[in-house]
Order: sequence, then C-alpha cells, then structure tokens
Amino acid sequence: MNSEGKKRIWSDYQKEIADDHFFYVRSCIRQSFFPGSEQFFLNLMRNILGKDVYENPAHTTCTGIGYHSDIVPSATIMTVIARHFALMKESGYKNIAVSCVTSFGLYTEILETWKHFPEELAKTREYLFKATGREFDIPENVAHSSDIIYKFRNEIALKAKNLLVNIKTGEPLRIVEHIGCHYAKMFPKSGLGGAEFPNVLSGMAEAWGGEVIDYPERRHCCGFGFRQYLVQANRGYSVSNTAKKFTSMKPYKPDMVLTNCPGCNMFMDKWQYTIKEMEGETYGENGDSIPILTYEELAGLVLGFSPWDLGLQYHMVQSEPLLRKLGIEFDSTDKFKTKDGRQMPVPQNLINS
Amino acid sequence: MEKLYDMLLEDIRFEEGLKACMNCGVCTAICPAAEFYDYDPRKIVDAVQARDDDEIIRLLKSETIWYCGECMSCKTRCPRGNTPGFIIMALRTLSQKLGYFTESEKGRQQLAIKRTVGENIFKYGYCAATYAVNPKMHPEQGPIWEYILENTDDVFERLGGQINGIGTGPLRKIPQEALDELKKIFDVTGGTEFFELIEEHSKRKASEMGLQFSSEGTDNEYFVEVYTANNGSHNSYEI
Repeated sequence: MNSEGKKRIWSDYQKEIADDHFFYVRSCIRQSFFPGSEQFFLNLMRNILGKDVYENPAHTTCTGIGYHSDIVPSATIMTVIARHFALMKESGYKNIAVSCVTSFGLYTEILETWKHFPEELAKTREYLFKATGREFDIPENVAHSSDIIYKFRNEIALKAKNLLVNIKTGEPLRIVEHIGCHYAKMFPKSGLGGAEFPNVLSGMAEAWGGEVIDYPERRHCCGFGFRQYLVQANRGYSVSNTAKKFTSMKPYKPDMVLTNCPGCNMFMDKWQYTIKEMEGETYGENGDSIPILTYEELAGLVLGFSPWDLGLQYHMVQSEPLLRKLGIEFDSTDKFKTKDGRQMPVPQNLINS
Repeated sequence: MEKLYDMLLEDIRFEEGLKACMNCGVCTAICPAAEFYDYDPRKIVDAVQARDDDEIIRLLKSETIWYCGECMSCKTRCPRGNTPGFIIMALRTLSQKLGYFTESEKGRQQLAIKRTVGENIFKYGYCAATYAVNPKMHPEQGPIWEYILENTDDVFERLGGQINGIGTGPLRKIPQEALDELKKIFDVTGGTEFFELIEEHSKRKASEMGLQFSSEGTDNEYFVEVYTANNGSHNSYEI
C-alpha cells in the first residue's frame, strides 16, 4: 500500500526536538509550587540520560502571567524574552528547554510574530541593546521540557522500576492527560501532535504501561484564565471550569491526572480541595480525590525515586491511593522529614490522607 | 482624537487577530468564559469589525472585554483564522491607555493585578513566587500552603530548591543586575509608563468613588474594593 500521502499528512503533526545541549529556563509557577519537579528534570537529564543542560542564574520571569493579564505590553515581553535568548547566546547554547507552558506559548508566539512582522524583530533588537547592551540569536530549537522527556520516553521505559499497572488487577493504570491550552492551541505546529492529536503526555503514559482515558472535556481549559484567578472576585470562573472538567472525567474512573503545565497542575490539585470544602464533591474512587502529577513526578516514580524526594507530599491531594495501586513501597515516616532526616511537623487536613 | 479603530490597528495582535469574521459563533461555542459569564466573543468581533467608534468606545468601557481568560482556544477553532483572544488583548490595552478601564468593575481590577503580579516582577524577578502567595488572599491553596510557608526553607532544601540563594536552582535570588536590566527593559519599551497609567487612572477613580487610596501596597480601601468586589451581575445562570 502506498502510504506516502499519509506520511505527508502526519508530518504536519511531528516536531523536531533537539537531542542534547539545552539552555534550561525555569517556570515561576513550577519552581514555586513544584521545585522537586524541576530538580528531577535536571537530575534525569544530566545523571540518568547523560545530557548537557545549562541554566543561567540571570534568567528572570518572562513576564507571561503579567502579559496575559494585560498589564505588560507586547513590546516589553518581546524584549524580556529577547534577553533570555541573549543569555542563551552568551552561554553558547542554541536549544532552549522551557519549563512553563505559558512561557513556551509566548516563545512560539513571539518567534511567529517576528516572522510576520520583521520590523518588530528589528525594534526588539534595538530595545534590548538600548536597555542592556545585549544582542541575541533566534534559537535553533524550542522544546517544552515535556517534549524532551517524551523524546526519551522509551529509554526511561527500559530503566523502569515501576510500570503504570495496577498491581491488584494487572490492568494498565487509567490516566487522564491534560496538556494545557497554550502548549499547542495557539501554534499547533509547536506541539507534538498539534492541537488535534496531542501526544506529548499520552506518549509517555503509554510507553510506561498506562492507558490514556478519552472523555468529553479532555481539551477544556483547567480554568486558570489568568485575571480570572489572580483577582479573588473572579475565581468563580476558575473553579467552575475545573468543576466542569472533573465532572466530565469522573465516570471514566481515572487513577491520576498527568499534566504538562505547572499552572494546570496547581489548579487541578487546589480546586479539588476547594470544591470538596464548598460542595462536599470528590471525583476519585471511594470518596477520594484524584492525584495530579507533573510529568517529572511521574517519570521519577517510574524510575523508582522516592515520592517524598519528588515532592508529592506537598500537593493538597495526597498520592497514597495511587502509590498503592502501583505497588510502590513508601516509608510514611520519611514523608515530612528534612534533607538531613530531622522530623518536621506533620500538616493536618490534607486530602486522601 | 485619532479614530479608535485606527488605534486598534496599531496593535499587531489586532492585525493578526482580525481578518474577516463570518459570525459562525464557533469561538463562543468553544469559549470557557462564555460557559460561565454572559459573554459572547462572536458579538465582540462583529462589533469591532463594523469599525464603528461609538460601539468600540462602549466596549472599552464595558465589563464584557474583561471576561476572557486568554486560554486562546478560539484561535485553534476559528475557520477564518481570526483570534478573538488577540482582539480582546488589543481592546484591553487600548482601554487602559485611554483610562476607560476604570469605568467597569472588572476593568478596575487591573490595579490589583499591577500591585501583585506587576510588583512581583520588579521586586523578585518572578511573576509569582512561593513567598509572594499570601494564604489570606489565596484561601483556595489550602492547609498545605500555610504549611509550606511556615517550613519553606526545609521544604525547598529537601526538594533541591535554592530559595533566596545565590546561583542556580528553584527560587534562587535573582541577581540585582538582572533585576536592574528587567526594569530598564520596562522603561525603554513603555512597560513602566503603562504601569504608571494604571496607577494614575486608578487614583482618579478612587477619589471619584470616595475610597482611600495609597500609592503602593494592598492595604487600602480601593485595592480591597477592586480585588474583591463582585456585584453578581456578570452571569445570569446557575452552575
């Protein structure tokens, strides 16, 4: 059978991801709420996969949350991001690895804007030079850090200590994946599988033994909505959209949600707590809530790392029901200890604990 | 004054976002804001493409342009390649430039965002940082958040963080030179001026509303009002 046509169509949904030598840019939200995830990414890349990943301490916020809540002008954010490109150039790197979906969306949006409006690129170069004396090159490769884990998903599977299988039933774990709106809805070519067939998380989940659940609101927003969360008076928007998503996924009995965007991860965790407080509603089995994991946390569990070194205890929804299904042995006494083994206070009123 | 439509055209997001709308309403169907607010992006795009300045000024003073969550789901689905979310961004920018944002409850909230996220950018070099997420303003973060704030150093140390430390790592202290560069970028590109405009118009509005206003911080009547006020008229149906 001649499959050339099919190959050509599917080539639109592929994405080239660099193999090595990454300039890593952190996320405001991921490092504030899930610092263990960013550190595990670096550990995985450098020490397990043997890759070169560099970070520059002078990197700052991209200002994306300010831009998408309309207090930061477009010329400003373009120049802030141009400064990141300048730091990358000065450090000798050409491939950027982005930890945040909002930033990733903005890098792709701005690179696309500069193609359509070359005068904006020229103006940004002038602004950056005037403000900082720096000059920049356009990156050769822009990847979200999940794209990179996806690229090496089979290597990770070969080293797996825990596959995503329910040890009691022998069935694959039922996983909801949530890729986050700004990963591929704006510029589908920048995401693996585009906006229609996003494969970045489902590819990982399946490579590690899990089963991905399809459900009606699979592509619905987590509910962040920038200003709709940032301002207290608007949070009804945010929590209502989250409730809509969870109500839609509940009948499919997910064992966990796997997220791409640190904001989505935080909201889907914290709003489950809020909804339980407000309405008494929970979305998991037996009155439990559904653990929400970053892709770094899931890769860490698959590779046999302690859930407490990855930071799962610092979510509102605790992960013990998931760990039991996976048959992962964990030491509860180590959960709230410092790095050097000192016992910390034990937080009260967490979910699933 | 220059025609408002021409002012919108000066925004590249408007030029990118509006080609020609055929009023199919797919954007409204996919929109998370339309789900819970009385909000219809199709109507906004249609109103703007009529190039009627009276209609545009009504939008700039309205509640409706502030309902969008900028998820950009509309961009994927518009069969004509429009991006209603970009049109909203251009309208919001113009509304702030001209001071019309203080005419609506939702528009006035821009001061709250500038005083929180905006100030975080200058103070810390982050839009959001663990120590800047106050549990009183964020009760939805739950008991784990209060715990993390009470035990931040231990939590971060265990997870490999570098909170306020020098060098690389999660929540490292951003070097002063980098903060200075960030501020200089805001000065050169109009970001600082934009912040000042939000402050200036908000101060005027506070005086009009008879509310106490201070030039910084969150502990003043006007901030509390814009951060919390919800007159309940933004959505007409029950969830």
